[in-house]
Amino acid sequence: MSGNSTYQPQSKVLQWFEKRLPIGGLIHSSFVAYPTPRNLNYWWTFGGILSFMLGVQIITGIVLAMHYTPHVDLAFKSVETIMRDVNYGWLLRYLHSNGASMFFIAVYIHMFRGMYYGSYKEPREVLWILGVIIYLLMMATGFLGYTLPWGQMSFWGATVITNFFSAIPGVGEAVVTWLWGGFAIGNPTLNRFYSLHYLLPFVIAGVVILHVWALHVSGQNNPAGIEPKSDRDTVPFTPYATVKDGFFMAVFCIMFAWFIFYAPNYLGHADNYIPANPAVTPAHIVPEWYYLPFYAILRAIPDKLLGVVAMFASILILAFLPWLDTSRVKSARYRPLFKQFFWLFFAVCIGLGWLGAKPAEGIYVVLSRILTFYYFAHFIIVLPLLGIFEKTKPLPNSISESVLGSKA
Amino acid sequence: MTTQRILIALTLAASIGAAGAARAAEGTPTPPAQKWTFSGPFGKFDQGQLQRGFKIYKEVCASCHAMNLVSFRNLAEPGGPGFSVAQAAAVAAEYKIKDLDDKGEAIERNGRPADRFPSPFANDLAAAAANGGVTPPDLSTMAKARTYERGFPWFVFDIFTQFQEQGPDYIVALLTGYKEPPKGFALPAGGNYNEYFPGHVIAMPNPLSDGQVTFDDGAPQTVAQYAKDVTAFMMWAAEPHLVARKRLGFQVMIFLVVLSGLLYFTKKKVWSAVH
Repeated sequence: MSGNSTYQPQSKVLQWFEKRLPIGGLIHSSFVAYPTPRNLNYWWTFGGILSFMLGVQIITGIVLAMHYTPHVDLAFKSVETIMRDVNYGWLLRYLHSNGASMFFIAVYIHMFRGMYYGSYKEPREVLWILGVIIYLLMMATGFLGYTLPWGQMSFWGATVITNFFSAIPGVGEAVVTWLWGGFAIGNPTLNRFYSLHYLLPFVIAGVVILHVWALHVSGQNNPAGIEPKSDRDTVPFTPYATVKDGFFMAVFCIMFAWFIFYAPNYLGHADNYIPANPAVTPAHIVPEWYYLPFYAILRAIPDKLLGVVAMFASILILAFLPWLDTSRVKSARYRPLFKQFFWLFFAVCIGLGWLGAKPAEGIYVVLSRILTFYYFAHFIIVLPLLGIFEKTKPLPNSISESVLGSKA
Repeated sequence: MTTQRILIALTLAASIGAAGAARAAEGTPTPPAQKWTFSGPFGKFDQGQLQRGFKIYKEVCASCHAMNLVSFRNLAEPGGPGFSVAQAAAVAAEYKIKDLDDKGEAIERNGRPADRFPSPFANDLAAAAANGGVTPPDLSTMAKARTYERGFPWFVFDIFTQFQEQGPDYIVALLTGYKEPPKGFALPAGGNYNEYFPGHVIAMPNPLSDGQVTFDDGAPQTVAQYAKDVTAFMMWAAEPHLVARKRLGFQVMIFLVVLSGLLYFTKKKVWSAVH
């Protein structure tokens, strides 16, 4: 989406159109001629996969919305009617519910890849922050969507999450009443959650356009973490990146299909097949798997307000990553110490996710506190100091040299 | 890299220990794994089993439990118990359905295939009042609404083995888990001791006994058999398109594997010039 395009349509009609609205040139320069570093590995295919998943969620979601009824007495039944009586309704619904999980698997890989290779560093800070915003919007959308079937976990998950806001000093209770649209979670809550769940994906799509725009201004980072210097360092997006992305998207779809057709309820919770009942609290209220690390952080802190603050801070701190990491070398490939700390951080995130699914008692609380401390220490202590003290390996002179060796 | 390995080892050790401790503390044994015809990638419901299960549901469960999401017509739909349309209509006709006539008067008419299974009680309050204050849960989604904790590492293996039958395994265990309470166990009035129910005190009295339901296909008329058959029926009620789902899944898998293979070789060809 940058610079003037060299695109010249063949047909007269397209030439006429291009003079008036150069959309062909925009597409050509963005997805055909756009130079991509020649050394990108398969971890770089998740951007395409994420766009694909957003498309899947929007299309299946629009069709599901044609059959769904956002009413506390009818929502559970309407979802079951989709599963039973709508033609291929079970497929649509499982595509959408498992699609959310696949979306998050892809976004987590995409984010960890960015962290490993230092993709957030100059000149890609804005690109990274836009990504953090997309991630926040995804979390909101996923939560809102999970409430819609109005099962037990929908209801009690919504209760726990909306109660976060009651921790705000002074106005907390008023804010929660305003969010609920009443003095308890009820029909107004379900209706507004449905409305917002339909709205937010289009907001995500808008920010995705900005994200891709920013990407096409700064160009892609790459495993070597150095900028392309000549044409020898890059290959055109089409056919090179297109076919590579396409191949890995198909592989990703195999995993997606495995869950849809063979384990469609694996990533969900059995309690959500029980209709919502405000009088019965489930034994363990557990959020969807993709929120578990943050849920563990929330429960690690004994004070409610501080817990909520820590939870939001654990996500927002990502936006400051470009400045917290003081090293000038981007890729972990040339940062031996950072590489170790990266994997330690990765293990801490997995550990927090596991703890989020456990009851908040005994050893689990202690472990949650230790890992929560380390989570923040990684950003506030480890990354700033590493940049100062770490002895990095020499960088290659160019991307083509890093791929082909110095003989090239 | 060594830090990473030590950490993973520690996490593994901690989680295995913790899972065992949690189970011992709750005192609920893990439901034994049953053999189900509907498990795995090519799973199908056993028509005979579903028909027996329906008979048990009709003669035993339905006197207290509703199954509001299932209609009589579903009995004749592909992938299910395999009733003919006429048989499903005959089953429906055995029931009286509350309705209004065209003058708006309340009437009772014979059931039709399009009717949902009628509830045994007029409403939830009436159901609760007749059952010691607790409404017997609707059984439509029951087989997917119950589970037990698999613990590490089983929950990881389950992705690959496609183990999805925690619910049915638990229901069989529950239906066969009625026992005399152990010495010193204070059983509250109106409660029944069940080995597999969380907390062991269940309001539902032991519903099954040997010889209670007559089968005409020679299947053993035992509690163990009843429990399995009625659970299979509940699984079908919860997931009536299971067979179609797994069949389509296999077709999609073949398509995706071939597509991935073709794209892989295309990718190799395209990139051969730059590598």
